[in-house]
Order: sequence, then C-alpha cells, then structure tokens
Amino acid sequence: MNAMTMQHKQAQKDAPAPRKGRYRYHKLLFHVTATLVSLLFLAPLVWVVLSSFRSPVEATTPPLPPWPRDGFSIDSYDRLENFGQSVFHYAGNSLFVSVGTSVLTIVVALLAGYGFSRYRFPLKNFIFVLILSTMMIPFQSILTPLFLLLAKLGLQNTLIGLVLIYTTLQLPFSVFMMRNAFDAVPKEIEEAARVDGVKGWRMLVQVMGPLVLPGIVTVGLFAFLNAWNEFLAALVLLTDQSKFTMPVLMTAVRYGRFGSVDWGAVQAGVTLMMIPCMILFLILQRSYIRGLTAGAVK
Amino acid sequence: MTDSLTAGPETAVPKGRKRRRLAQWNGFLFVLPALLLVIIFFLVPLGMAAWMSLHKWPLMGFPRWIGFDNYERLLTDKSFWSSLWFTIQYTVVITIGLLGVAMGLALIVQGQGKAVSLYRTIFFLPVVTGFASAALLWVWLSNVDTGLFSPLAQDIGLTTDRVNILANFTPAFWSVIAMVIWKMAGFFMVILMSGLQSIPTDYIEAARIDGAKWPQRFRYIIMPLIRKPFALALILCISGSMLAFDQFYIILNGGPQNSTVTAVYKIFNESFISFRLGYGAALSMVLLLILLVLSIIQLTLLSDKEAKK
Repeated sequence: MNAMTMQHKQAQKDAPAPRKGRYRYHKLLFHVTATLVSLLFLAPLVWVVLSSFRSPVEATTPPLPPWPRDGFSIDSYDRLENFGQSVFHYAGNSLFVSVGTSVLTIVVALLAGYGFSRYRFPLKNFIFVLILSTMMIPFQSILTPLFLLLAKLGLQNTLIGLVLIYTTLQLPFSVFMMRNAFDAVPKEIEEAARVDGVKGWRMLVQVMGPLVLPGIVTVGLFAFLNAWNEFLAALVLLTDQSKFTMPVLMTAVRYGRFGSVDWGAVQAGVTLMMIPCMILFLILQRSYIRGLTAGAVK
Repeated sequence: MTDSLTAGPETAVPKGRKRRRLAQWNGFLFVLPALLLVIIFFLVPLGMAAWMSLHKWPLMGFPRWIGFDNYERLLTDKSFWSSLWFTIQYTVVITIGLLGVAMGLALIVQGQGKAVSLYRTIFFLPVVTGFASAALLWVWLSNVDTGLFSPLAQDIGLTTDRVNILANFTPAFWSVIAMVIWKMAGFFMVILMSGLQSIPTDYIEAARIDGAKWPQRFRYIIMPLIRKPFALALILCISGSMLAFDQFYIILNGGPQNSTVTAVYKIFNESFISFRLGYGAALSMVLLLILLVLSIIQLTLLSDKEAKK
C-alpha cells in the first residue's frame, strides 16, 4: 500500500493543474449546495419575522413577498396586547418560569455535582443512578399524578409549581454535567486553597465556582431554553389564563376568538418566542454544543 | 452543627474517623435537594400513576378501586391502539427522514473554516426554537388563505386550485414530517458531526488513494466508525418521536378525523379532556412500559456492539 501511496503522490506532483482545478470545482459545488440548504433552513425563520411587521391590511394577504410593502408596522404586536392581558404579562410569566428554572437547576445541580464528585457517603452510587434513571421514564406518563400532586401541595396553577417540575426534569442531565465538571478540577487546587485557609462555602463558591463556570453556563442555558419552550406540562398544569406562558397563550391565539384567526398576531407571537432563544444560542453556542455532545445522555 | 453531631459516645472515636464520618454526612446534604426533588416530583407521581391506574378516578368525587378493569378496557380500546399504531408509523418515517437529512448536513459541516461554521449555526438555529413556536409557524405557512405553501404550489404549477394541505391526512402528515425534520435535523447533525470529526483523516485519505469511491468510503469506513454516535442518535430519535404531542396538537389538533392522534395525545384527551384520570393513568403505564422495553432493547444492542469491538 505504501508503494501505491508513493506512486499516487508522484502522479499528483506530475499533474498538479487538473487536480487543483477539479478541487476548486468541487469546492464551488459544495458551497453552492450548502448555501442553498442554508437558505432553506433560514427561510421560515426570516419569513415569520418579516411578516410580523406587515400592516393589518397586508396580514390577511398571501405572504409573497414576505416583507411589508407599505412600510414596517408594529400593529400585529399591538393586537397581541388585547388578547387577555398584555403580551408583556405572558412574556413575563415565561421569563419567570425560565429564569426560575435556570437558577434553581444551577443551585441544585451545583450542590449535587459537588457532593457526588468530592464526597463519599452511603448509597452514593444508588442515588446517582436513581437521579439519572429518571431520564428513562417519560414525564408525559406522570403528568396526571403531577396535576393532582400540585393541587395537594397548593401549587396547582402556579408558576412556582411549574418551576419545580421543570427543574426536576432538568436534573439528570444537569447533575451528570456538573459532576463531570467537578471531576475535571484537580484535587490539588482544593488542597492549595485549604492550606491558604479557605473553608466551607467559600471553597465551593469562590474557588470551585469559577472553575466549573462553563458547566454552570451549559446547565443554565439548557434549563432556560427547555423551560421557555415547554408546552404540554404548561398546557395541562396552568388552567388560569393569567398564568399562561407564551406557548400556551399563542395556542389560544391560534385558535382565535369568534372563529377567525389573527395571523398577524400569531406571527408576532412566534417571533417573540423565537428571538430570545436564538439570541441566547448565538451568544452561548459553544456551551450549547458542549452540552449536546458531552452530556449526550439527554 | 458539628458539635451536636459528634457529641456523646462518639467522642472516643479518633479524630480522623470522626472527620470522615462528618464528611459523609456533608456529602449527603449536598445531594439532598436534588434527591428530594426527584422523590417528590418523580418517584411519588410515578407510584401514584400506578395506583391511579387501578381506580376509576374522576376529577371530582371519590376514586373507586376497580382493580385491573382499566387495563382490560384498554385492550379492546380501538382508539388507543390506533393512536399507538399511528405513533409507531410516525416514529419510523421521522427516524429515517431525520437521520438521513442529519447525516447529509453533518457531512457538509464536519470540516473547518468560517463558511462551514456559519452553515453549522444556520442549520442548528431551528433547533433552539421550541416545538410550539415551530408548529405555530408551520400552521401559518400551511394555512390555505394566508399561508405560503398553497400559493407557492400554484406558482410553480403543481396545482391550479388553492389546496388546504391540512385537510387531508397524507399532505397533512408529510407537512408535519417536513416541519419536524426542519426543526430537529440540526440537533442530530451535531451528534453525527462529533462522530465524523473523530475519524482520523488518514483513514479516508488512505481509502481514497486506494481507489475507494465516495459510496464505498461512506459504507465501509465512515459508517462503521460512527456507529456509536449513530446509535445514540437513533435512540434519542425513537424515544423522542414516540412521545410526540405538540406538533400534532398545534398544527392538526388531531385531525383530520382524529387520524393524527398520537399516544401522548390520546392520554392527554382521556385525562384532561374527558377527565378519566384513572384510565389515562393506565394508558400512561402501558406507554411507559413500551418505552422502557424499547430503551432496554436499544441499550443492549448498543452495549453488545461495543463488547464485540
């Protein structure tokens, strides 16, 4: 094989021009294809954002071309104001649930990850496997009892109840992620800090915290996006319209009042739901991909 | 805290061991919040689901013990089996389509370079939008009057009439498939890409020099080497699709003629529309069992393959 390799290399050296030309042609073909596919993937997103700025008259016409012809209008967003309470109220609900879930997930997973990585205690492995194995069981199958349980706890129809459930759903991935993050920190760093007189909480927050920050960001990002986008649990557990999160509100808008659907409002709502996720992802791409590949346990 | 814990008979224990026992207790405390959440919001409801499935459990009024009646009933419940069958069909179609497209995308974005990383970002963008947002977007695009697909089909000459693609099963089904592929392909692309990137370029180069054409290189070098990430993508895709709900609820509302009611959708209907909580719980237990068996089969296959290596 080696001899053949040599021969080929020699052949390439002898005839560099056609080889290079073919390579360039391949490269062009590659980029043309990739660009076309990219446009296909981007089109629906761009379409809905552009259309959400069309004037009310245009909102009922077919979406070709998608951009507003009579100038940009935020009328569709204004109309969202009139559906139930102001749209800011529902976006606020979503934000509360998402930020709450992120913060609680980070705190709980940080503590658990530290405990699993640095301590030995009875039943440690059992508890770890128990937390991870909840991933095998779909939460959809325990939705009915969750509904009753929240009622018993006085948390039915509250955003706090939703935060607790979303946090629990995030735990297998997050605890696994945080334990690995702590495992990657050399023990010597802790020992050095201990010699310097750092103890207890200060060790976790001031010494270890910055070292596992990438893990914290990943865990928080996943928790935020999943909570922001979750639909079924929110649909089932929130019965009071003033508690709706954005996806539940928008489904109600989609079915319309008096039978007619306000497509402009749907476009505006979809835009409002998508933009924060995309911005977060674009800023924190690296953390997201790390979470996907490293913690592919999800 | 430390004093009260170590006081009493234990004072005789040498200092080192005392500290170790204390550390044990600390470790447990760190893990406790996570454990409590899992117990309260996962294990307890799981036990409740099993318990409820043995009752006639209306939303109002008292639950009544009926043993395995719910399970007997579901055996003859045609609508449940047809929803399960529909879910399986959907899972098969979406798994083939999604992993095929994701593999294509992964081959595009496995390389280096600014343009390639831009493609990667673009292909991934739909993933971070939720299923609800993507489904709502699709409802609009599919709408017969103000959507995109109908006029587009007219413009390129596919039909002369306006078509409501959501009114009939076949176009509606494929429309949802297209949406899910658009939304999820980037996710599986990343998993497959990480596999592709771990293949040493020497292997491919050597095969190329030995005269292996692209399909052969793909079949005999790339596929065997990315078997593990591919199997992982397969597992995630199957278990995710078996739980499909959002897209069918939002885009089609189960229609046309209840032909797109998935298993989770059926459970949702029984529990939260008809308020037959006990029966809904029994259906949940069956779905849970099916998924558990599926995961165990897949995990065994996965670990078998690893053992053979």
